[in-house]
Amino acid sequence: MGYITVKNTVIKAIYTSVPKQKVYTKDYEWVSVAERDLFAKTTGITERRVASESTTCSDLCLHAAKELLSDLKCRDEIEMIIFVSQSPDYFLPSTAVILQDKLGLSKNTLAFDINLGCSGYIYGLSVVGQFLQSGNIKKALLLCGDKSTISTNFQDKSTYPLFGDAGTATLLTYDDTVENWGIHLASDGSGKDSIIIEHGHSRHPYGSVSDEYIEYEPGVIRTKKHLALNGMEVFNFALKEVAPSIKQMLENFEINIDDIDYFVLHQANKLINESVRKKLKIPAEKVPYSIQDFGNTSSASIPLTICYSLKNEIESKQLRLLFAGFGVGFSWGSALLTTSSIRTKIIEHD
Amino acid sequence: MNIQLLINQIEEEFEEVIPGTIKPDTSFREMDGWSSMHALILIALIDNEYDILLTGEQLKNAQTVQDLFEIIQSK
Repeated sequence: MGYITVKNTVIKAIYTSVPKQKVYTKDYEWVSVAERDLFAKTTGITERRVASESTTCSDLCLHAAKELLSDLKCRDEIEMIIFVSQSPDYFLPSTAVILQDKLGLSKNTLAFDINLGCSGYIYGLSVVGQFLQSGNIKKALLLCGDKSTISTNFQDKSTYPLFGDAGTATLLTYDDTVENWGIHLASDGSGKDSIIIEHGHSRHPYGSVSDEYIEYEPGVIRTKKHLALNGMEVFNFALKEVAPSIKQMLENFEINIDDIDYFVLHQANKLINESVRKKLKIPAEKVPYSIQDFGNTSSASIPLTICYSLKNEIESKQLRLLFAGFGVGFSWGSALLTTSSIRTKIIEHD
Repeated sequence: MNIQLLINQIEEEFEEVIPGTIKPDTSFREMDGWSSMHALILIALIDNEYDILLTGEQLKNAQTVQDLFEIIQSK
């Protein structure tokens, strides 16, 4: 199970907002120059964007959404807003509700958050699709992103150079003339410790022990309120689950790899993504990347990659695409859909 | 398969290694410049070339290239 069909739903526009500030792997002085080179070669990350102290993920999403609504002139028609993130503004209320007000959307807008990371775009699309397909709601905004750099520690080489910040806005509308989407969603909570921020919520509330710096291995120093990532476990999970998940979904919906124009994968790291690509025997030109210039941007990575690497094609052609998101949870999913003339834009946030 | 093929593949992946310097009894963790990133590269290499996914535990217990070769052969 885990297969879902979404009807009558179409993506109209994808906008991305990234912070102006660039940080380069070659400048990461916590590790040796040789290690920086190896990191850049293996993960593919040479630079990434880092949000200023006062900028939150919701600010980036708000920026992208404002620009989108202004370009497409449909502010008054939005009836649903979903915010997918693991870096919300507050414990409560839901950031999506705050964004309803900041965007000046009608009070009849349905708004809530989804707490997922790297798989979040797929889950977000499927949730919005469930609301749209009946036709009761005609237009929805899906906002995805994270400010991951708020929870990484400079002295932790396993997380600090990996993540970039980004916020995205996707406009989805009801359309009863389009092809169905195919979606596969899956979870394995036994991997919860592999990517985790342990302290600061109700299981381990923030306390003085949360601020203690612990050296876990050479080059890996952090507190319990920082993001912890077990690279080996995550790597094993991705190699084990992602390629079979994509393969099974294509089989389930009777689609060949040759029929797909592009496979837009979550930008985890190049080694993982290339392993998945080779396993499925997908030609390199069908797998676009943005990780080299933006790092791992969590749930923003798929829409960001579309805006960055597929702009001309996705705006001018009809494309059959497969999206795959995977990571923290573990949680993963893939979506199979046909797009036509999607408007895209990348903007920079101060 | 033979162990020389595995050695060649490892040397190809680890660009900083001088070809011909890895032997079956080489302890890979003691190689110059070894880092945790190399462990991921090894897992990816063995997964891509032999379709065998090493667990973190298996890799931790392996010391030499010969140990890796034996794990691959036993599958």
